[in-house]
Amino acid sequence: MVGKESFSIRSIRVLSGAVLITWLILPLVPLAIWSFAKGWFFPDLLPKRWSLQAWEYALSDLSGVMDSLWLTVWISIAATALSILVGIPAGRALGMYKFRGKELVELLILAPTIVPGIAVVLGIHSVFISMGLNNTINGVILVHLIPTLPYMILVMAGIFANYDPSFEAQARSLGASSAQTFWYVTLPAIMPGIIVGGLFAFLVSWSQYILTLLIGGGRVVTLPLLLFNFATSGRNDITGAIGMIYILPGVIILLLTAKHLSGRNGAVGGFGRI
Amino acid sequence: MSDRLKIALLLAPALSIIGVLFFGGLLIGLMRSFNYMPVIGLTEPDLSAYIAVFTSREFYLSFLLTFHIAFTSTVISSILAIGSALLLRRTFVGRSLINFLFQLNLTVPHLVGAIGMLYLFSQSGSFARLGAEWNLIAKPSDFPALVFDPYAIGIILQYIWKEVPFIGVIVLANMQSLGEDYESVARSLGASKWQAFIHVLMPLIFPGVLSASIIVFAFTFGAYEIPAILGASYPKALPVLAYQKYTDVDLAARPEAMAMAIVIAALSALMIYFYVRYMRRRIRS
Repeated sequence: MVGKESFSIRSIRVLSGAVLITWLILPLVPLAIWSFAKGWFFPDLLPKRWSLQAWEYALSDLSGVMDSLWLTVWISIAATALSILVGIPAGRALGMYKFRGKELVELLILAPTIVPGIAVVLGIHSVFISMGLNNTINGVILVHLIPTLPYMILVMAGIFANYDPSFEAQARSLGASSAQTFWYVTLPAIMPGIIVGGLFAFLVSWSQYILTLLIGGGRVVTLPLLLFNFATSGRNDITGAIGMIYILPGVIILLLTAKHLSGRNGAVGGFGRI
Repeated sequence: MSDRLKIALLLAPALSIIGVLFFGGLLIGLMRSFNYMPVIGLTEPDLSAYIAVFTSREFYLSFLLTFHIAFTSTVISSILAIGSALLLRRTFVGRSLINFLFQLNLTVPHLVGAIGMLYLFSQSGSFARLGAEWNLIAKPSDFPALVFDPYAIGIILQYIWKEVPFIGVIVLANMQSLGEDYESVARSLGASKWQAFIHVLMPLIFPGVLSASIIVFAFTFGAYEIPAILGASYPKALPVLAYQKYTDVDLAARPEAMAMAIVIAALSALMIYFYVRYMRRRIRS
């Protein structure tokens, strides 16, 4: 009797596992198929004719997909680098010190991780006009800091909370300058946090849509904007190819950081924004 | 250097960026929603944008739709995420594959998921084709409207696809660090499996579920590109409506767009309040 029950429970478990696997893969399947289809009309379950045309188009110089890819890479790298630069000191302050007003500071940093971009970007847009930042790549990089920076600070605060500053004191007492201490002692110790936080911040910037759309004003066409345009104009084959290119960095980063991607890592909270 | 000064200097760059961009953006939005902008000669604040917004039927429909999308997506995702986490903490065939797919899914932007849903559930999409193959429907229009539909089913399906893994990995880590000792004790004291789950495990994992749900609710309430791809043309989700008003050729509609952005901000401020209150209570207890 007991054996029978555990058997049925196990089959339920395997069955729901199978449903879950199918459901998780499902939305990516038609995208991948479309990228190799040459016309795929109702009611064909699979394309009658296959072709590499969409990929040839996407990878050609004429389509601008590659330009858009490199532009997106640059924007995300710049936003990530700035976030790391500013996030390390702020993370150190929050991770290593107790001070009056700390809760308020944490609240100020937490707020942008919850408030949606549309709520702030309209106001920013009307100020950036007078500063000449609208429709520029620099304007887009700046506005991407809103989602990436708080996230980087929270990751670094977690790293610094488990960091022992006595090594720094020892280096200093042995005659190292503060720059040398940072370079040879602090940096190697916090490097894992910088790498993981940086890769995740890159993905957060990589996935931004509305911030880029408004501040870029249609002039700064990152990959998600291009993808959206092709998707709404009905070019499903090219949409499929761009979609596959667009998810590639995420897959690469996943392969690099899989063990950090568990819910145990506070950094995962940022994935609510991707 | 005193600690206070050191802390202030360490925090200064980050707080100025967040202060200027995020809170500055909010403040300017708030001022413009009151038609108050001394720089361009608007010195008399008024409530006309809010009156226009709160007396328009479209706004209410849009607000209700957006609330429905966010609430339904969050509740269904949380329940399925708890179920998935329960599934994933046992070893069985395919567990590591699901784990990998959960992580993969975290890195896929919502926009890609939305396009995937479009190709799956539109009236000429994969499921409609399956329906035709099995002679359930004769033409695309026989297939039920699951995208561009008034109940936002396609949008909700997309959010469930993305958010189950998000909440799931958080809950799973939570369960794994708790271990199964508490439940074993309850079971040995005569509790049924269901009782052990409801009265022992659920209260322990609930704070984690709630904080993840708050992030999901705020995100799904304020996201633009997903309802822009999958949503009906009337009523639109609130962020889509706000963007449309903002980019209207009639510049007079801009304060109305700002007022809608402020409504979204106010709702997320409420979410932050719950988040912080709950997290603090969790730390205290």
